[in-house]
Amino acid sequence: MTGQAFFFYLFAGVCIASAFMVIASRNPVHAVLFLILAFVNAAGLFMLMGAEFLALILVVVYVGAVAVLFLFVVMMLDVDFAELREGFLSYLPIGALIGVIFLVELVLVIGLFSVDPASVRPAVVATATDVSNIQAIGQVLYTRYFFFFQAAGFILLVAMIGAIVLTLRHKPNVKRQDVAAQVARNKASAMEVRKVPSRQGV
Amino acid sequence: MTIGLVHYLTVAAVLFTLGVFGIFLNRKNVIVILMSIELILLAVNINFVAFSTHMGDIVGQVFALFVLTVAAAEAAIGLAILVVYFRNRGTIAVEDINMMKG
Repeated sequence: MTGQAFFFYLFAGVCIASAFMVIASRNPVHAVLFLILAFVNAAGLFMLMGAEFLALILVVVYVGAVAVLFLFVVMMLDVDFAELREGFLSYLPIGALIGVIFLVELVLVIGLFSVDPASVRPAVVATATDVSNIQAIGQVLYTRYFFFFQAAGFILLVAMIGAIVLTLRHKPNVKRQDVAAQVARNKASAMEVRKVPSRQGV
Repeated sequence: MTIGLVHYLTVAAVLFTLGVFGIFLNRKNVIVILMSIELILLAVNINFVAFSTHMGDIVGQVFALFVLTVAAAEAAIGLAILVVYFRNRGTIAVEDINMMKG
């Protein structure tokens, strides 16, 4: 067995096993950790395919950001997850039936498909062979797909603003800084000079 | 034996099926449903990258990058909605999301 085959089966096996544990594990914290494991192994698969940039982006974006976001939410919400798992077994047969049918169909399609050489069109943008993977992506992403790149940036901006607007809340009864009121203070509104009679206090 | 396109497509198919299966299995838990959607998008990305490297066409990897962006935005918005929902109702069960059902 060559090294490539060994690592393919290693990454693929661990990836699929941890993906199964994501949906089957009892504790959602464990599910998130298995999701991280699945993504790391998928990054390994990307690396094997030769897409180094996407592999590392997958680690940075998913493991570093999305999975940690999931972890925070799971830990922040005080949910009775045992209650949510009621009826788990009653959904199992129909879900397994549909899943198996779906998987068999997909594998049959994948196993039987073949590409007619006459119908293969030339690549839209052929991968540059003389530069590294990240450079090849950059040459296309910042020129031909520049507007899509900008649109992706806007999507992230909208998502960020949306998430902040949704979760920001002003609690009543909490003193907050009011810059306008602070700046508007003057001598008349802030100070009061009183004549204190002697031996009587204020 | 050499590892070809079909191997990667099979892995992606299994991952996709596991994601769909997870949505069926955890019908009450929104968090696991969101994680299943992430698995499905990962399977799609594996397909894109496999075809991209197999066909020698870089566009597949560029598109996989966009899929990654949208998946991250979707996870952020989904979890924010989930937090707000939990604050209002004290539960995240899917079947309790029925306030707008007349």
